[in-house]
Amino acid sequence: MSAVATAAAPPALAFDAVRLRIGLSEILRGVTLELGRGEMLALAGPNGSGKTTLLRVASGVLPASAGGVRVRGRPASSYSRRELARELAVVPQDAHVAFPFRAGEIVLMGRSPHLGPLGFETGADMRLAEEAMARVGIASLAERSVLELSGGERQLVLVARALAQAAGILLLDEPTAHLDLRHKIVVLDLLRDFVRSGGSALVVSHDLTLAARTCDRIALLREGALVATGAPADVITPENLRTTFGIDADVLAAPDGAPYVVPRAPAAAGPAAG
Amino acid sequence: MTVLTPRRVVLVLLAMLLALLAAAFLGLVAGPSSLAPGDVAAVLRGADPTSAAADIVLRVRLPRVVLGMLVGASLAVSGVLFQALLRNPLADPFVLGISGGAALGAILVLSLGGAVGLGYAAVPPAAFAGSLCTTLLLYAVAGIRGRVSATHLLLTGVVFNAFASAAIVFLASISGLMEGAGVFLWLIGSLSASRVEVAGWVAVFLTVGLGCAIPLARSLNLLTLGEESAQQLGVDVERHKRILLLATSLMVGAAVSVAGLIGFVGLIIPHLLRLLLGPDHRLLVPAAALGGAAFLVVCDVVARTLLGGRELPVGAITALAGGPLFLYLLRRHQLRAFAP
Repeated sequence: MSAVATAAAPPALAFDAVRLRIGLSEILRGVTLELGRGEMLALAGPNGSGKTTLLRVASGVLPASAGGVRVRGRPASSYSRRELARELAVVPQDAHVAFPFRAGEIVLMGRSPHLGPLGFETGADMRLAEEAMARVGIASLAERSVLELSGGERQLVLVARALAQAAGILLLDEPTAHLDLRHKIVVLDLLRDFVRSGGSALVVSHDLTLAARTCDRIALLREGALVATGAPADVITPENLRTTFGIDADVLAAPDGAPYVVPRAPAAAGPAAG
Repeated sequence: MTVLTPRRVVLVLLAMLLALLAAAFLGLVAGPSSLAPGDVAAVLRGADPTSAAADIVLRVRLPRVVLGMLVGASLAVSGVLFQALLRNPLADPFVLGISGGAALGAILVLSLGGAVGLGYAAVPPAAFAGSLCTTLLLYAVAGIRGRVSATHLLLTGVVFNAFASAAIVFLASISGLMEGAGVFLWLIGSLSASRVEVAGWVAVFLTVGLGCAIPLARSLNLLTLGEESAQQLGVDVERHKRILLLATSLMVGAAVSVAGLIGFVGLIIPHLLRLLLGPDHRLLVPAAALGGAAFLVVCDVVARTLLGGRELPVGAITALAGGPLFLYLLRRHQLRAFAP
């Protein structure tokens, strides 16, 4: 496995012409996308364009109708659930927890794919969980019941859980949606650190400006198909924004040169009919 | 960070085992014919096995205490499992109508099984089949997929319970089982008419059920996060769910074939233990077995002694305690804006 990785260096995660049909509607129409090792890739697009669905296909909870997903060069379907969970951690949009688990216990659940069937967490697992909470800045929440946390705090708990899972690939579904400005930056900085140390992150985001500033590449998804993929400056253009979102927008340059999106109005013609 | 350690599990379970033994001893002492604790202890030590005291303790009360423990453990653990699987603290085999399905299976055998040569020993497997079918029906009707609508689930349970009770009365009427208190005791739940010949089945059902559930306790923790999250954390959800539903059906079948429709044990005990011990299923599942066993034995003591000579069905005691708790949980549940 490692020999293959060094020889051919397959992408961390690859979608090969992934199609997904649910009932009569085609949610994904042949998405081909690669997430490189050490890469942070943003996935953006209008509501209902298939972003979350693409993450669910990647994590194996939805099987693709056609095409496939490769994880480190191997078909995802060839992994057992536990193996896959050691390679790939997911931060869902929000988690409804039915019982009063403490935040620390939820983070510790990230260690599950590494434990034996009857296993109790070891001291090492505990340290990893505590470290993850400290990095996200929620060490003080460890003993609080998750039922008492705010939406933003819960989101941070889920990010810490994914870090504790110690997988090489992170799939994050709007991880900063409920966060205040400071915590947005904290989480995105964390993700930068994560990819710098060889991890890979696929981030669904509605905040194009923030995505452009923090991600290596951006992929725009519309109606289940990719509109554009590439470096932020190449992808964030008024034309692409009109095609993808059906808006007229000004793309300005931030002082550091990163694109800065200012939406103006829905485009007169709407998005290109499809 | 405080976490569950094997040491804590062992200590808590030991303490609960002691409580269970105390409850069992109380169950042997209490009853219409007054026996001193010392006499009971003497009988248990093997003194004078021909005495009247030995007869009462060993032949009348001990079987009842043992059956009560098996029933209480089965109901409490299946409550814990349903609550985790459905991510809903209101789930309970009685509330969901699954006990009703088991009782229907049992009555089918009792009323019609004689014609095809099935005796009382066939009741536990029939109750198991009844609870399994009801569970599958519940999944089909309430559309349990990912997030469950609590309202749908509870309504389905209520309606199915009413249906099962009516069918039980109907079957009992056409087959002459209405004579005596038999059917009434099935419907309200009692240990007074329990038959020792099913104890073997019931012990096996409970052992297999626990044997399935305890190794999957960590999966149960993850399942409370939702099936999708559990999968993403490495749980083979479909397989584990099948095993757990089989385990609950076995345990509900066991409980119902001994004691009929005893309600709310699967609600009261898990709720109480979660308050005391936290929601981690690695402790909660075995603790519910011990706690449920002790609880039902104590409830049965109350049922036997509350009205002096006349005995109440134990199901009346658990329902009197469980009904208000259910309403309280439902209210709190709504305040958290969880239902549909």
